[in-house]
Amino acid sequence: MGFFLETIIAGLMNGVLYSLVALGFVLIFKASGVFNFAQGAMVLFAALAMARFAEWLPEWLGFESLLLANVLAFAIAAFLMLIFAWAVERFVLRHLVNQEGVVLLMATLGITFFIDGFGQTIFGSDIYVIDLGLPDEPIFILEGLFPGGLLINQDDLVTALMAMAMVALLTLFFQKSGTGRALRAVADDHQAAQSVGIPLGRMWVIVWFMAGLTALVAGMIWGEKMGVQFALTFVALKALPVIILGGLTSVPGAIVAGLIIGVSEQLAEVYIGPMVGGGIQIWFAYVLAMVVLLFRPQGLFGEKIIDRV
Amino acid sequence: MSKKKIGDVILDVHNISLRFGGVKALSDISFDVREHEIRAIIGPNGAGKSSMLNCINGVYKPQEGSITFRGQTFKHMNSRQVAEMGVARTFQNLALFKGMSVIDNLMTGRNLRIKSNLLLQALRWGPAEREESEHREKVERIIDFLEIQAHRKTPVGQLPYGLQKRVDLGRALAMEPQVLLLDEPMAGMNVEEKQDMCRFVLDVNDEFGTTIVLIEHDMSVVMDISDRVVVLDYGKKIGDGVPDEVRANPDVISAYLGTSH
Repeated sequence: MGFFLETIIAGLMNGVLYSLVALGFVLIFKASGVFNFAQGAMVLFAALAMARFAEWLPEWLGFESLLLANVLAFAIAAFLMLIFAWAVERFVLRHLVNQEGVVLLMATLGITFFIDGFGQTIFGSDIYVIDLGLPDEPIFILEGLFPGGLLINQDDLVTALMAMAMVALLTLFFQKSGTGRALRAVADDHQAAQSVGIPLGRMWVIVWFMAGLTALVAGMIWGEKMGVQFALTFVALKALPVIILGGLTSVPGAIVAGLIIGVSEQLAEVYIGPMVGGGIQIWFAYVLAMVVLLFRPQGLFGEKIIDRV
Repeated sequence: MSKKKIGDVILDVHNISLRFGGVKALSDISFDVREHEIRAIIGPNGAGKSSMLNCINGVYKPQEGSITFRGQTFKHMNSRQVAEMGVARTFQNLALFKGMSVIDNLMTGRNLRIKSNLLLQALRWGPAEREESEHREKVERIIDFLEIQAHRKTPVGQLPYGLQKRVDLGRALAMEPQVLLLDEPMAGMNVEEKQDMCRFVLDVNDEFGTTIVLIEHDMSVVMDISDRVVVLDYGKKIGDGVPDEVRANPDVISAYLGTSH
């Protein structure tokens, strides 16, 4: 029983990260109808910026505090994502208003390759580390309930909490603030939103910036765990089955589906894996997503597509 | 019929022509709207009524002509600018935010009036919180006015059509507009719903002094509630005046009923 719970907890911790990246996709899709293929590249770009500035700043300014370096680097990386969001609206989206979804998707493919290359040109293409200075000794909890207690990695716990905080902040922002309401309005009907004076362009910048922030937080956490490297863009693709499962238009869907995927792939790896020789964590999520697709094409939480004949 | 004071010209449409490729949707249309009046634009299907409204609202850019609003003349309008100047509109085929509650839909109408910045809003801190509740109060008043109290938390998509039309009107009213453009507010309604809607339109005009430009193809409704009427047919203006004048205009009669040849 203790082992089973440990597996589930590990799955949930991975799952929160999947949710976070999936949220980036969903936010942009809802607000601008764009399936943003560049989300993975944004994760890498943001993580690179954070890793490099955390390394450069102490050298340039001559201080030693790790915390200060990380906070400043995070702020700079966030600012870069804001510039990126502005540039995407100014130079790409603005010119493609009312184009078909496919055209917009291709545009984001272009953006993907651009920021992949651009990021590595200015930040370098080695493997970099993000050191958040988290404690890495495992801790044991609930020792009274289970023999030996449950083993949890402290750094996993902290990063999962960060991801959860980010998800909670985003949800709060969208549900409770006036700007969040305007964003939901834009997601619902562009024309009506314009008629009440909501500026589409600025809303797009905001929503791409929000997606940029989720990318930064996800990139930072993964970077801390596995180093900042090109492979991050592929980890981010794990968000795809999450979106299929949760539905491309549902924010709660992205959150729940991320957790479902995280837990189920962990369980599959541990309990089914040994029977088939292991390594099924890599593809299990996709199979799960495909099965869902067969029965509910709109995802578990997505809006049902009804066509009037 | 009316005891209200009709003021100066607030909106002046001058020689507007609008083409889509080879199709002339509007040719050389001019008319004016005075403060506090209810001005109707009528005409058979395809006469160019909605196109006219869309020009005023900045959705379409007419190739020729100009629009003067409160002394400022524009070649063409732009949606956001128009909203900022105090012009609100409703839509013929409902463009509501279907997934959002009635209150949230109306609150979007307050968007231009929200002053506190993003960060404060997100934190729901002090002034932002106070501002939010002020807007909320205004919105509640409109909800009372339109008698949709019972539905304030319902997602708009789940409401019956007649009520959705009311929410559409409510969202426009939440902007506290000086001029309200209504695109067929009574389309697709039964008699009772039409009467309700007429009453709301008259009340808005009466209580808030809002200038109303109204598109409708139901002649009887229009003649009862409007102060002056413009009649369009095939993109041309064929009549303009008080309801009785328009009703007696032979061109208008033939456009609506056809002529014997």
